[in-house]
Amino acid sequence: MNWITNYVRPRINSIFSRREVPENLWSKCDECGTMLFHRELKDNLNVCTSCGHHMAITPRDRFKALFDGGIFTEVDVPEPLADPLQFRDQKKYPDRMKAALKQTGEKEAMLVAAGEIGRTPIVAAAQDFSFMGGSMGMYVGNAIIAAAQEAVKLKRPLVLFSAAGGARMQEGILSLMQMPRTTVAVQMLKEANLPYIVVLTHPTTGGVTASYAMLGDVQIAEPNALICFAGPRVIEQTIREKLPEGFQRAEYLLDHGMLDRVTPRTQLRDELITIVRMLLGLSPAIKGDLPAPTPADTSDAPTPST
Amino acid sequence: MTNYLDFERPLAEIEGKAEELRAMARQNEEMDIEAEAAALDKKAADMLKDLYKSLTPWRKCQVARHPDRPHCKDYIDALFTEYTPLAGDRNFADDHAVMGGLARFDGRPVVVIGHEKGNDTKSRIERNFGMARPEGYRKAVRLMDMADKFGLPVMTLVDTPGAYPGKGAEERGQSEAIARATEKCLQLKVPLISVIIGEGGSGGAVAFATANRVAMLEHSVYSVISPEGCASILWKDAEKMREAAEALRLTAQDLHKLGVIDRIIAEPMGGAHRDRTTTIETVGDALRTMLADLGSQKGAKLLADRRKKFLDMGAKGLAA
Repeated sequence: MNWITNYVRPRINSIFSRREVPENLWSKCDECGTMLFHRELKDNLNVCTSCGHHMAITPRDRFKALFDGGIFTEVDVPEPLADPLQFRDQKKYPDRMKAALKQTGEKEAMLVAAGEIGRTPIVAAAQDFSFMGGSMGMYVGNAIIAAAQEAVKLKRPLVLFSAAGGARMQEGILSLMQMPRTTVAVQMLKEANLPYIVVLTHPTTGGVTASYAMLGDVQIAEPNALICFAGPRVIEQTIREKLPEGFQRAEYLLDHGMLDRVTPRTQLRDELITIVRMLLGLSPAIKGDLPAPTPADTSDAPTPST
Repeated sequence: MTNYLDFERPLAEIEGKAEELRAMARQNEEMDIEAEAAALDKKAADMLKDLYKSLTPWRKCQVARHPDRPHCKDYIDALFTEYTPLAGDRNFADDHAVMGGLARFDGRPVVVIGHEKGNDTKSRIERNFGMARPEGYRKAVRLMDMADKFGLPVMTLVDTPGAYPGKGAEERGQSEAIARATEKCLQLKVPLISVIIGEGGSGGAVAFATANRVAMLEHSVYSVISPEGCASILWKDAEKMREAAEALRLTAQDLHKLGVIDRIIAEPMGGAHRDRTTTIETVGDALRTMLADLGSQKGAKLLADRRKKFLDMGAKGLAA
């Protein structure tokens, strides 16, 4: 070791190595371009600290931030038949599934969990847009039915975070049949008099919007989320005119009476606690930091996963 | 004058030749062409049989969209008596893409609802090509509520390319309207019977077809997305609609194998448009049978069975 190795080597290295910022440390806001430090961004739930733009968040990260102490128990979802149509476009459907699994580390596009928010027991389901566009196939249908059944069994409200391009084409008609199936799930909750709160996140479109995502007792959306049945491009092609600014965005829907609220992600947890507790006739939640509950409190299942 | 589809062109030629021969014979009485014309007729009939024996999924889409195919209004006019259309969603407008009202089927009062595409330029525009707006679905919900209240069976005739993708439709809550109509289908305590008579286009069809019994005409289609739409997304090329139609499994035959529909209604040789009267009668028979199956069941059972039917769906694949 001398001054040469200490001083020159790094400089040479830096010439030959790529100068880009390591991807895992910094990310760029899609909207304003500000470089954001990953930890800061994560602490702010993937909302840009500079412009407030809401970037995608995985169901797992969302649940870690949502549930008290980041503790939740995953609810089992019955496995559906794999590739029922033996669907093949330019790729085979099972290959697309494998790629999505590898990319996300999740086995499908929805995660269901039970836990507490502000000491209020709930069941939550969140759709994963990064897994094949969050598309609704038989697994997502099964997940929503499982979530509703768990909620009914435990007598808890269901909070559902939607994010999807629509139905999963690779499952053809069976994906379309998830519209009635998930509607039955919503009816289970309604008949048990349990609150069903939908949080629409960017983007929620197609058959998902036209079924469970529009049937909540309370409909909340994250700011600027695209929420629609037919996408803007399809509409522009049909009517051949430019669409107004902000068309089909959360605030636009709020203006047109299609939503109850538009709430920033950072305030969602408190708002959900407030609403759910009122609907359940519970006393107001205690504000401020609560100690994490012991895992045994969150569910009757023994091992919590985080 | 028959409207030929592109794959029927060879057939059009032969039928055209036979027609020409006969026209010539009418002008010149000494010509004896009947044997030749009859041979051509036979050739045409064989070819028709051959073409329709195994229609590809894409050809089925074309047949399902054939302009001369009987539409909702044709069925209502022929199969129902005292049809009394009821209009409006009580919120905004009356959607002409959806027709419905009170009527008698075999003398029994029912509520009938369906998508109507129209049969000439004027009526097609008026009907918006069978693409409903939120008002159409909300009208349907209103009619279904009335049926439920007075214990009348509901019959729906599905024939839509899909819900209308327009600015106003979105602003007035297209997705919510479809979701509420599907929800309503799953709340009725009366028999709900659905026939897909042409195109079952995605959510716009589900909103009417979440029924106790769903039948499909032999060459009708029912799909999560149009083959063109699917091709442009997955193949990045709308011209790949043949491949997409194949992959989507949208034919009555495949859907029956998947357990998504309950029965297939046979069409006359060469498709519904070649013999509209027979088609309409066959659909009437199917409606009669399905209603007889359900007619005496109690409301709670009808409701529970309908929900169970959809919850259980997806157990069967096409693998075997």
